[in-house]
Amino acid sequence: MSENREIEIMESVYDKNDEVASKINAELTKKNIYAINVMGAPGVGKTTSLIQIIKRLEGITPYVIEGDIEADFDTKTLQSLGVKAIQINTGGACHLDSPLIGNAVEELNLENGVLFIENIGNLVCPAEFMIGEHAKMLISTVTEGSDKPYKYPLAFEKANIILLNKCDLLPYVDFDEEFFMKGVRALNKTAPVIKVSGKTEEGYDEVVAWIRARINL
Amino acid sequence: MHEYPITQRIIEVADEYAEKNHADEVKVINLVVGDYSGYVASSIELYFDIIAQGSRCEKARLNIERVTPKLKCSKCGEYFERIPYSFECPSCHGEGSPTEIGQEFYIRSIEV
Repeated sequence: MSENREIEIMESVYDKNDEVASKINAELTKKNIYAINVMGAPGVGKTTSLIQIIKRLEGITPYVIEGDIEADFDTKTLQSLGVKAIQINTGGACHLDSPLIGNAVEELNLENGVLFIENIGNLVCPAEFMIGEHAKMLISTVTEGSDKPYKYPLAFEKANIILLNKCDLLPYVDFDEEFFMKGVRALNKTAPVIKVSGKTEEGYDEVVAWIRARINL
Repeated sequence: MHEYPITQRIIEVADEYAEKNHADEVKVINLVVGDYSGYVASSIELYFDIIAQGSRCEKARLNIERVTPKLKCSKCGEYFERIPYSFECPSCHGEGSPTEIGQEFYIRSIEV
């Protein structure tokens, strides 16, 4: 058998996704849209938090792309509140990638506002894929436990803002805030961590202030 | 689960390079996969045989080089592997920060 000839490639498997993501990002920026990739495990209150945020966005048009493996409950909820929302069903895939977002962005016909892209409920895969966003928002909860930064470091490392939801339940759960924050800060020195509650609505004013500070409208 | 489309992509790239280099058959694909890339090497192997059928990669062997993630100590600068539930540097007990080491996922080369 003849000897193998080696051909160097050195191509990241993410390259194609990232290339599309950059294009989407440029397109959104041109349309004066600030895009936020909303990540978190299933049941952390991603849609609930979006509703709380959108309620406070006075003067800023919100758009939502809802990612789910199946079903469109969340989109219907948002649409019933008058929000321009569109559903993406991945049919099994565990995260959104940029080609999927590219199609949805076209369909939504966006201009001047904030686009929330609610990723698939999953604390692992969404953090690995850029989808054209300007910022990543991670929603964690006191009920998930304080060890999450240690177990799912990438999501905490990549986040630009972290919401700690369900904080009204703090008296009832064994959440070690100091341990949680120590883990977050080892991974991420800059992202603000804001305690919120979808139930009592506390904390969301601060989240909205953070968003307002980032958009030029 | 998300290894399927990524395995497709690997075969696409390998096929493309083989064609460009006038090779009919890819014998080895050398992949570098960091443990924090979120991809499971054994799942890629599982899908590979199915997806590669009919391509130049049909008989190729996947050679996967795994990379263990390393943190960099912000105090003494040492790179180290973290122990579970800690980001502490084993040498000086400073705090480690994430690095790119362990997050890579690329096709290093093919052998034809």
